[in-house]
Amino acid sequence: MKLMLRYMRRHLGRISLGMTVKILAAFLELLIPYVLEYVIDRLAPAGRIGPVLGWGAVMAGLAWAVRWGNIFANQSAVAVSRDCTRRLRQDLFRRTLTLSGSQADRFGLPSLISRMTSDSYNVQNFITSSQTVGVRAPIMLVGGVCVALTMDAALASILCVLAPVMTAMVIFVSRRGVPLYDRVQREVDEMTRVMRENVTGVRVVKALCKEPYEARRFQAVNDRLTRSDLTASTVMAIPAPTVQLFMNLGLILVVLVGARRVDGGAAEPGVILAFLIYFNLILHSAMSFNRIFIMLSKASASADRIAEVLDTPEDQPVLPPARAGGKADAAFLEFDRVSFTHAGGAAARSGDRRGKCLDDLSFRVSRGETLGIIGGTGAGKSTVISLLLRFYDADEGAVYVDGRDVRTYEKKALREKFGAAFQNDMIFAETIRENVTMGRPLGEEDLRRAAADAMALDFIEEKPGGFDYRSDIKGANLSGGQKQRLCVARALAARPEILILDDAASALDYRTDARLRQALRAGYAGVTTVIVAQRVSSILHADQILVLEEGRIIGRGVHGELLERCPVYREIYQSQMGELG
Amino acid sequence: MPRMARVNEKTEKPKDARGTLRRLLSYLMVRRGALAAVLLASLAGNVLSLLGPRLAGSAVGAAAAGRGLVDFREVYRCAWGMLVCYLGSSVLTFAVNFGMMRVGRLVAKKLREDVFRKLLELPVGFFDQNQAGDIISRVSYDVDVVSTCISTDLTQIVTSVVTVAGSFVMMAVISPALTCVTLVTIPLAILYTRWMNRVTKPLFSRRSAAYGGMNGFAEEKFSGLRTIQGYAREEETAEKFESFNQSAADAYYQAARAAKRMGPNVRFINELGLALIGMLGSVLYMGGRIGLEQISSFVLYSRKFSGPINEIANVTGEIYSALAAAERVFHLLDTPGERADAPAAEALAEVRGDVLLEDVSFGYTPERSILREVSLHAAPGRLVAIVGPTGAGKTTIINLLMRFYDFQTGTGQVDGRDMYAVTRRSLRQSYAMVLQDTWLFQGTVWENIAYGRENATREEVAAAAKAAHIHAAIMQLPQGYDTVLREDGGNISKGQKQLLTIARAMLYDAKMLILDEATSNVDTATERQIQAAMRELMARKTCVVIAHRLSTIQNADHILVVDQGRVMEQGTHRELMEKRGVYYRLYAAQFE
Repeated sequence: MKLMLRYMRRHLGRISLGMTVKILAAFLELLIPYVLEYVIDRLAPAGRIGPVLGWGAVMAGLAWAVRWGNIFANQSAVAVSRDCTRRLRQDLFRRTLTLSGSQADRFGLPSLISRMTSDSYNVQNFITSSQTVGVRAPIMLVGGVCVALTMDAALASILCVLAPVMTAMVIFVSRRGVPLYDRVQREVDEMTRVMRENVTGVRVVKALCKEPYEARRFQAVNDRLTRSDLTASTVMAIPAPTVQLFMNLGLILVVLVGARRVDGGAAEPGVILAFLIYFNLILHSAMSFNRIFIMLSKASASADRIAEVLDTPEDQPVLPPARAGGKADAAFLEFDRVSFTHAGGAAARSGDRRGKCLDDLSFRVSRGETLGIIGGTGAGKSTVISLLLRFYDADEGAVYVDGRDVRTYEKKALREKFGAAFQNDMIFAETIRENVTMGRPLGEEDLRRAAADAMALDFIEEKPGGFDYRSDIKGANLSGGQKQRLCVARALAARPEILILDDAASALDYRTDARLRQALRAGYAGVTTVIVAQRVSSILHADQILVLEEGRIIGRGVHGELLERCPVYREIYQSQMGELG
Repeated sequence: MPRMARVNEKTEKPKDARGTLRRLLSYLMVRRGALAAVLLASLAGNVLSLLGPRLAGSAVGAAAAGRGLVDFREVYRCAWGMLVCYLGSSVLTFAVNFGMMRVGRLVAKKLREDVFRKLLELPVGFFDQNQAGDIISRVSYDVDVVSTCISTDLTQIVTSVVTVAGSFVMMAVISPALTCVTLVTIPLAILYTRWMNRVTKPLFSRRSAAYGGMNGFAEEKFSGLRTIQGYAREEETAEKFESFNQSAADAYYQAARAAKRMGPNVRFINELGLALIGMLGSVLYMGGRIGLEQISSFVLYSRKFSGPINEIANVTGEIYSALAAAERVFHLLDTPGERADAPAAEALAEVRGDVLLEDVSFGYTPERSILREVSLHAAPGRLVAIVGPTGAGKTTIINLLMRFYDFQTGTGQVDGRDMYAVTRRSLRQSYAMVLQDTWLFQGTVWENIAYGRENATREEVAAAAKAAHIHAAIMQLPQGYDTVLREDGGNISKGQKQLLTIARAMLYDAKMLILDEATSNVDTATERQIQAAMRELMARKTCVVIAHRLSTIQNADHILVVDQGRVMEQGTHRELMEKRGVYYRLYAAQFE
């Protein structure tokens, strides 16, 4: 809620102007039945056509003024909402892009996306309606009651009693209904889960001929869903007819009390008619309160979720070299007794017994050397890469790049030293050219060289348009191997100081993989390279190989040494490459 | 994605509205008794509520005599009448809403059930060629639209029609002269809203497109957050977003600005009508043509009148989009399922496990063949390994063996009997299968292992788990075999998932085994367990394995090297190495 005010404050002038016009229009609107009463009670009995037509024209004029005022106010509201939300979305997008790794993990991708899309949409809707219906409804309610009071206090008291009772009733029932709908939503999730399980497991279900069993399973969730849906909908079917009933009971009271007052000479008969019209207006406004209430609770929940991202504090400050207190003799790349745990990340959530992703890890790599890292899934290989690029900060120990603690770099300066092809890297829905250059100022020559070295040039040139061929979302129109080669090209394109290949060749067949390794050896000899792989063949020729298991180094050395000394390495080698050649 | 405004949804039009409607009606007709009752109740309720203003008008007329002259008997009579009418109509309205809501939900339930049954019948190819996740969300959304339409729109349309027609009749009866006013205002309102809808429609579709573009961009960039940060492209990406953001904001403004003119304008037309009625009514009153009571009733009716007219326009749009939704659901229901078994098909029994494919060719479309003249023979108890690069057609061979796909030419036999002369069910049941994507569902460990044999005892399940080297790990879970596995398998590791599916296949105990080895490595200890479990699983079975592990390949009795849909070479490891062909080159590439 505070967030919305924060963004709306900047448009205070426009908002107050719009609101003033809206309020004026609402009051003018309330005057129309008043004039009608005057025409019928005073002018018509007098039998003079002139004033009747004159006041009739006044009513029409009022109606026109109301129309104009409402349109003016609505458009200003829409414009304010447009400007607020545009800035809000821009700020949110920027902040999301600059979240640190652990912050992004904590929110999770689906949640970040829905904050950006549906939450910002809810806020936008609310900013608009708060200035339109949100103003009109209370004014009609309060103003209506005021005008009614001046017209005939006794009749108005009926309204004063009924309106709050009804509003309270509506809000009460909706409050009851919302948790019921939450349950319906949960059952819907269950239902789609069973569907999804059947779709993803279609081969297993069919292989084991489990169709009847699955049909029963679905029937159960479907029944539950229908039952809770019926309950919720039954409760929510109550307010509308009840409000209608209250409203009509009020009309009857107006007629009865009105007749009594006319008989007693306290009121004119036209007053009853005017009241009947006010009744409609006022009670409709009371009903819109319900809508506003629901919208507000939805929007403020959304706004809170957005604020949570925007107000996330920067958690990776750049340290002055003095405070980092690093060692003077650090290697080009070095891990000095590094330990790291994913806080609230996937590993911790999955109840991983081990907990630590990296445990007291140290290694040194000199400039121009190639480091190979091998180990099973979850051994911590990719975490090493993440710490090098400072997606995360180590819990203990220090990470050095180019002899400097990574925490003393501006992030941009640090990361521009690297060219990295990540595990499960992303191909964007852009041209191949844009995917490789990533908006960096690279020449055509760099582009072709990188593509050729990444074994990607041949297939790119076969595509219609070559480098201007557009990838689908997430590279859906490219094969796994093609995507990996583009990512490698992206990493090579800017001739980085440090090249990172994290499982970047797993989808390539052995022949292409071998040719890629040859090209790297020939063209990037001076580049410090870190290769993460599950295939021994990818790291066979590295200057230094680390064997990781459960976040620890259980073997280090060159291929020959490891074959001799490290049983795990030997085992991996044998299972992949056969009995020692 | 947020649900877009009503106006926008009207752009969807069903292709065959009549046919879809008829089919949807057949779902409704199951409850025709309830429907008829609801319809009657709705009519009665609306007529009752229409009598209200008439009575109110009479009461005002009775009171109009002025001070001391009010005919209270008449006033009370009217008040009682109003009470009866309004109470009656409220009760009936509730009953109608409740009844239609029930009908709508029950139809939705039936539709979901039918859709699910269909999903079970559809061939595997359907799921390979369609984005199944999209289908699911689409279907549940579409079913919702249909159900909402039945629950609310149908009663809405009955109410609107009765109210409009009834009010009009009442007004005409009260004063034909005053009715002329509505003849001006009402068509004006209708024409205006229709015109506005036409104007705003393209604005709203432009808005949806702009939002779609913006949200798609954000979603993609967020998914690639690591890459963007790794290349320090945050600034440039945010700048790019700016233009998407700007055009979404502009499109929103254009659409909302136009739409927000509608309310004030329609209200203006109504107020104008009120002014005209006031003037004309007063004139008529002065001429002694009508009394105050008529003016009162008339004003009340005229206010009842305008709302439903807009509703009717809206509701027709809703009904159209519901029909379009229903059409998509029916379209799914009409997708042909798996081909029926041959009429004389018999169950395959007492399987020895002799698998044969001869000159089999297959393609999704006749022009594009995936497999060409593939032959394969696995004698009982033998191990056949299939190797080759990704996309070579290895998985397709398995799909053909399991009859997930039907091949076009060639023959396939099990124990010398034509694969297509036996029932699909019995054929599939004679294979155990372990796939690369380990599939577990949300249920206990026990249920997941016993999935293939529901009547298995606890001891049998534990025995299978022990044979699959997973028993000890299961016992360490919080509730042992009764631990509920979450859908994403978050509470167990990847390797353990593989072991669980092996245990499932163990318990299933068929004579033939199809195995698609996982490519991703797990830690060496788990890898050792998996290999041991696999060996145990493969023992005494005919095995067709898509092999990635060298140990499996070397132990195979026969190796098929597949590339580009053809069998390039076959033989044992030794024979193939001596041949120095494709297999040798694939093998040697690892060491380069």
